[in-house]
Amino acid sequence: MKKGKNASVTTKKRKGIIGSLRKDWSLWLFVLPGVILTFIFSYVPMYGVQLAFKKYNPKLGIWGSGWVGLTHFTRFFNSPYFETVIKNTLIISAYSLLAGFPIAIILALMLNSFKHKKYRKIIQTVTYAPNFISTVVMCGMLILFLSPSSGAINKVIAYFGGTAINFMAEKSYWRHIYVWSGVWQTMGWNSIVYFAALAGVSPELHEAAICDGASKFQIVRYIDFPSILPTATILLILNCGSIMSVGFEKVFLLQNDLNKGVSEIISTYTYQVGLIDGNISYSTGIGLFNSAVNAVLLIVVNKISDKLSGTSLY
Amino acid sequence: MSNRTVKVKKKKRKQSTTDRIYDSVIFIVLTILLLIVAYPLYFIIISSISDPQAVSAGKVVLYPIGITLKGYQEVFEESSVMRGFVNSIIYTVCGTLINLAVTLPTSYALSREKFSGAKVVSIFYIITMFVSGGMIPTYLVVNYLHLTDTMWSLILPGALTVYNMIVARTFFKSNISEELYEAAAIDGCGQIRFFFSIALPLSSAILAILVLYYGIGHWNSYFSALLYMKTETKYPLQLVLRSILIQNANALNQSVTTAAAQAALLEKKKLVELMKYSLIIISSIPVMILYPFVQKHFVKGVMIGSVKG
Repeated sequence: MKKGKNASVTTKKRKGIIGSLRKDWSLWLFVLPGVILTFIFSYVPMYGVQLAFKKYNPKLGIWGSGWVGLTHFTRFFNSPYFETVIKNTLIISAYSLLAGFPIAIILALMLNSFKHKKYRKIIQTVTYAPNFISTVVMCGMLILFLSPSSGAINKVIAYFGGTAINFMAEKSYWRHIYVWSGVWQTMGWNSIVYFAALAGVSPELHEAAICDGASKFQIVRYIDFPSILPTATILLILNCGSIMSVGFEKVFLLQNDLNKGVSEIISTYTYQVGLIDGNISYSTGIGLFNSAVNAVLLIVVNKISDKLSGTSLY
Repeated sequence: MSNRTVKVKKKKRKQSTTDRIYDSVIFIVLTILLLIVAYPLYFIIISSISDPQAVSAGKVVLYPIGITLKGYQEVFEESSVMRGFVNSIIYTVCGTLINLAVTLPTSYALSREKFSGAKVVSIFYIITMFVSGGMIPTYLVVNYLHLTDTMWSLILPGALTVYNMIVARTFFKSNISEELYEAAAIDGCGQIRFFFSIALPLSSAILAILVLYYGIGHWNSYFSALLYMKTETKYPLQLVLRSILIQNANALNQSVTTAAAQAALLEKKKLVELMKYSLIIISSIPVMILYPFVQKHFVKGVMIGSVKG
């Protein structure tokens, strides 16, 4: 009798999705709203990606428009924008990574070995704060400060006898402005992960090192730093995976006609071509190219991370 | 014996000098960093309440000069800003509620080891992290559903963020044990009732984290509104800010000939500059007021997120 019951349970389990629905119907109900919304707004657009191989005609819709093969891709690869856009995207993200990544680690190491606990708390609170400033306000602040006529930075330059610089119109300054304002905004926030990892370092290690006569700097160098190295490696690898995806929001706001040569990146170009110029399918093609590169990068990088440290996203 | 203690003392002193140098270097570097981060924020505050003349002359450095609230007055008289403020509050509240209603049940269900669909659904979500339709196809879908120019275009497409879902799932996994459910199930409690009357009340920490992450995300976002909102009266605050702070909608371009009019224009221009500082303060107020109270939740969220679930 008992055995029979057990057997029926296992057959139920083997029934797959229908059995699962019957057994866990309430949990399926829980995931249903999210699944429906994600399906509509993430999966249906994936279906729309076929536009990249079609000539979009609003009257015929996505399905009815005619196929054009790889035309949009060859057009993009041959366009004069291709090189500029790819180069700008790569430079901006590599520069951001090189500038921002070590600073967050150094900040966490310094904060961790800082002995005034109250002052440390103040420093943390203040350095985390800019992370919550919206992109629009951040860019508004930059434009205000860097304004050639009334900006504070140019006031300082003028005070020391220099001539005012129109920062936002100079191509040579644009990348530095973008990257270092980003560092200013996120260094505190990005240091939290490392700070948390440092909190996990056993105090016994520190005590043993002190007994052996290690100086504070040696403790940081030989105990603290190695202990956050795994976290840092994973984050670095993951960051490398997203090197082709620079966020649209800030670049778009800091962009103007004078600095477009260095500030036009893939996502802003997609927006410009698709929604301003109305080349829906061409723009979809560029977007598809970008997300394909991103996906490949992420998978490759994830594999490397898995091999090296046994940590992967999935 | 005494010789030895002297030696130890000496060694100790030597150590403490290098340590003292180290401490003071760190103290100085961190203080400089603190000033670099804090000063621009402080500058905006003092500029917003200073005399516009003094601000544009570069006299305002350490403290406000000729205190005035003209900038704020100007902001409050600008109807588009107030409308944007109200719109943003509505979008943020509704958006966050929907985010919670979708994210919490999903992450709870996925945290249950016995949920036979957990794997399939997790893969369903992970795929979206790697593959996306991109800007234009998403736009077409929203357009096709006639959501453009409505609040829903800002709320529904991002109703569930995979990262936040994973944070919440990790939380549920480690805080709401299977045994707890089994105990309740023996007393005849189903999953739905268990979730609402036992799991949720025990999860105020994750609730706070999600409210803050999603809420601040809604308040600060401008991109979806830029894509989908066509009517100016429906603009959220960030889009209004964009037109004033970035596109300089108020840059008074009319050509003036008389000297008196020109002077008036210059005066007006300075007032607009002042207004920008006040605008930055006003738009950041909701977040900045919350910030000191919620900082620890934010930090906790990062830590839960960093532990792989």
